[in-house]
Amino acid sequence: MADEVVLLDFWASMFGMRVRVALAEKGIKYEGKEEDLTNKSPLLLQMNPIHKKMPVLIHNGKPICESLIIVQYIDEVWHDRAPLLPSDPYQRAQARFWADFIDKKMYNSGWKVWTTKGEEQEAGKKEFLENLKTLEAELGDKPYFGGDRFGFVDIAFVVFYSWFHAYETFGNFSVEAECPKLLAWARRCMEKESVSKSLPDQKKVYEFVAQMRKKYEAE
Amino acid sequence: MSYQLKRRRISQFAQVLFLNFVRKTKEKEKGDEVKVIGGVKSRYCIRVQWALKLKGVEYEYIIEDLKNKSPILVKSNPVYKKVPVLLHNGKAISESLVILEYIDEVWKENPLLPQDPEERASARFWAKFCDENVISEVWEAFGAQGEQKKKAIESAQESLTLLERQVEGKKFFGGEKLGYLDLVVAWIPYWLSAIEEIGEMKLLEAEKFPSIHKWTRNFMDIALINQCLPAREKVLKYFHGCLRSYVA
Repeated sequence: MADEVVLLDFWASMFGMRVRVALAEKGIKYEGKEEDLTNKSPLLLQMNPIHKKMPVLIHNGKPICESLIIVQYIDEVWHDRAPLLPSDPYQRAQARFWADFIDKKMYNSGWKVWTTKGEEQEAGKKEFLENLKTLEAELGDKPYFGGDRFGFVDIAFVVFYSWFHAYETFGNFSVEAECPKLLAWARRCMEKESVSKSLPDQKKVYEFVAQMRKKYEAE
Repeated sequence: MSYQLKRRRISQFAQVLFLNFVRKTKEKEKGDEVKVIGGVKSRYCIRVQWALKLKGVEYEYIIEDLKNKSPILVKSNPVYKKVPVLLHNGKAISESLVILEYIDEVWKENPLLPQDPEERASARFWAKFCDENVISEVWEAFGAQGEQKKKAIESAQESLTLLERQVEGKKFFGGEKLGYLDLVVAWIPYWLSAIEEIGEMKLLEAEKFPSIHKWTRNFMDIALINQCLPAREKVLKYFHGCLRSYVA
């Protein structure tokens, strides 16, 4: 019986992008369903009743939630091709540590950069850039975070590349000036079809973020 | 290449193989060196200790003075400088959930996570929910006052109800045997009661949460679980200090 794979997603969601990249890396065919954030579908509410958020991967009718958990699930189910996590337990632990760092630190500090102003924004920007530099130090001279192979940590972080232009514009900084190795890494990842076809255009994301920012300001 | 040169190269290669074999045999005889850098009353550190004990792994516990962090902690966890840190043959692994999965992958006895990918995803989901949602809501209720406290308690109880459903009809969250999710949720029997006492609130009423209470009895009945528990006075003192900082 063929696998039925559905992804509940939102085009600008970095978390959704992670799953798209993972599915593309493994060559898995799926049906993508675009969610309206202002009017969540009954399917989303049924499949993720706890958080009511996407992405949700529905595999043969069973939901898997939380992007990094979904990516690990994809790696375990379709373990016969394109491994996303290393096989060595210590390397796997390092990969999980850094993916967790990205989740804990990057998203929240990035949030402050585009939703706030003044001192709060400056503090958010400082934190965001510090975190970027920590990641750049971890990358070092490796082609990918996993070493020679594109993998779990690369998937966790490359999705932020689509939001860089928005962060840079609202935060008034340049990722290339602050972290040139990290930008080079992102561009290297974008040469992979699994990444370039899964990430939206930076300008389109910027327009979306600008709209969202106006909404927050009005509220 | 001359015959003598070939012979010399083969001999050198054989020597390297032999020396590697001797080194690995000596390492195996010496056994794994396992250390845990941890606190005295940390609910995150105890998970790691329980996991190692369940796997029958001998380890050295290094108590860290968190007000005066040691060079070994700072070197082993330069990103967060926090406990717990597992040191396995000199290699450092940080973050308690990452450490639990590492322990499970290295030492195969008494598996902590299920084999089935969907069940593994579910265990990871609920562990994240426990650590990110339940704990933060309990903290909010702990530090709040008046009407805000009442609302925070309701919110925390809603999250605890979701956990209750996960263990309904089961001996442990992992099923018949203790597993990963049990170790993650296990701050509830011991630490939550201290938080309730110091925070002057009741969250986990027996009539509302019969399954969690039944699980607590099953869990606390296990000898190796009790061995690592810190003295209750220390836990109470810690939360008393936390409440003072909230009020200040």
